[in-house]
Amino acid sequence: MNIAANIKTWPSDSLTRVPYWVYADQSLYDLEMERIFRGDTWSFLCLEAELPRPNTFRRSHFGDMSVVVTRDAEGKVHAFENRCAHRGALLCHKDRGDAKEIACVYHNWTYDLCGKLTGVAFRRGIGGKGGMPPDSHPEEHAPRQLRVEVFAGLVFGTLGKNVAPLETYLGANITPNIKRVMAKPVKLLGGYSQILPSNWKLYMENTKDSYHASLLHMFFTTFRLNRLSQKGGLIVSEGGANHISYSMSADVAGKEYEQAKMRSANEGFALEVPEVIKSIDEFGDGIGLQILSVFPGFVLQQIRNSLAVRRIVPMGLDKTELVWTMFGFEDDTPELHDMRMMQSNLIGPGGFISMEDGAATGFVQRGSRGAPNEMSVVEMGGQGIGSEESRVSEAAVRGFWATYRRLMGV
Amino acid sequence: MSLNLEHQFRVQDLNARYTEAIDEDRLESWPDFFVPDGKYLINTAENVAQNLPLGFMYATSQAMLRDRIKALRQANIYEAQRYRHVLAAPRLVEDNGGALSARTSFMVARIMHTGETILFATGIYEDRVVLDGGKALFVEKKVIIDSRQIDTLLAIPL
Repeated sequence: MNIAANIKTWPSDSLTRVPYWVYADQSLYDLEMERIFRGDTWSFLCLEAELPRPNTFRRSHFGDMSVVVTRDAEGKVHAFENRCAHRGALLCHKDRGDAKEIACVYHNWTYDLCGKLTGVAFRRGIGGKGGMPPDSHPEEHAPRQLRVEVFAGLVFGTLGKNVAPLETYLGANITPNIKRVMAKPVKLLGGYSQILPSNWKLYMENTKDSYHASLLHMFFTTFRLNRLSQKGGLIVSEGGANHISYSMSADVAGKEYEQAKMRSANEGFALEVPEVIKSIDEFGDGIGLQILSVFPGFVLQQIRNSLAVRRIVPMGLDKTELVWTMFGFEDDTPELHDMRMMQSNLIGPGGFISMEDGAATGFVQRGSRGAPNEMSVVEMGGQGIGSEESRVSEAAVRGFWATYRRLMGV
Repeated sequence: MSLNLEHQFRVQDLNARYTEAIDEDRLESWPDFFVPDGKYLINTAENVAQNLPLGFMYATSQAMLRDRIKALRQANIYEAQRYRHVLAAPRLVEDNGGALSARTSFMVARIMHTGETILFATGIYEDRVVLDGGKALFVEKKVIIDSRQIDTLLAIPL
């Protein structure tokens, strides 16, 4: 059966219209797992720092597929499907650890850290009876090995047959901004997950939506962490898949917000402890905020000195796990470490500036449920997907849809 | 450590009043359960097991707690919801006269304005409490959540 035959026709040629059925169609979701996550894209798996020594492993997800990521005895990173060649059981059900091999608990078939089948228990039977026929080749059903590349301490994997090398896929106007953050050996600071009550695409759109940041997140604006009138820009990779939204630290004391009487400009709101947002220009280039996304499901966050990677795990049509991993660097001074701890209050599901995203994506999922054939209007900044100076733009959101429609063939 | 039932009761009563204030939306009194340089944090068991310090909330003073409530009331947007805490009896692990350490298991349900109710968080309070005359206050409250997952958002403190 051709799954694609069940998919509705996109109602518009323009990237400015997105039909709401995209968040509510199971056939489409199944096709996304295949054509996007298991297709010609690169998915972020984990930080290199999460594989701290040779012979360590870390579980991750590739779309909604469980994967095992390993560092072998020689220090090389591998990733493979978390599925036994025998009966399809999960091979690895611990999140992290040290191991020289992976053994399936069900029948003790063993694998090396590349995911290659190395042992089948009782393959020759016992006492000449039982065992596998000599012409059996269970290796043919071995878990798929991902092509893995590590860039700037970030481990990415792909199953795509026609996808460019990782650095090309990221884009020449995106990679410098990854490198400026990931310039030194990483020190993990903590991790947690946020379960979003919405389709995975709504979170990626939210991330690429530089327009909403200081309108939904009042905390951000009032303390001049990110106003749309600050100097900055929106960079979109060629083809639209990846983006950077950034702004400088220095705030031009603009009255645009107060004059526009927007909800988010509340001048009477002052913190007793403004040290919660005290920060330093640790990268030395004056950029105080950088949100960088890579299609289909990766975000690199720099909010002053609060650094994190986020990856999405689709959990069905209207549920997504957002996995956060916060980090600093091995050479952080105690003062910088304290700033990162204080600024941790800004981010995550309890974050002064991030918490609304959890609610907003759910509001769209619920608000659009009864109108599957209605459409989003995505026209801020025009119709294109090119980079621009203004962040009052949905160009990166349109870039997401350009990439999506190309990969999905819709 | 000899068993001091009155001290155990004081900790239990402090947590009962603390959780009642949160559950009844009297968030403005939440900081008053702490000494002025009191510490409050929410982290996950998984992070603690790996000695990773950065979790969901981190406050090093009562003033930071007041800021959080101010932000919740005036800035942050979240759908109307309430908690219901259910606590186990506290276990005193240290008793140095007026300075106590205690561990208390908790479960918190979240009730949305729609009525939808879920078991939102379980975990343990690791508290340091000072008894100052008639008053018991938190010197430090560490909320260690058993799960690494939070549903939607964590607006109201635990």
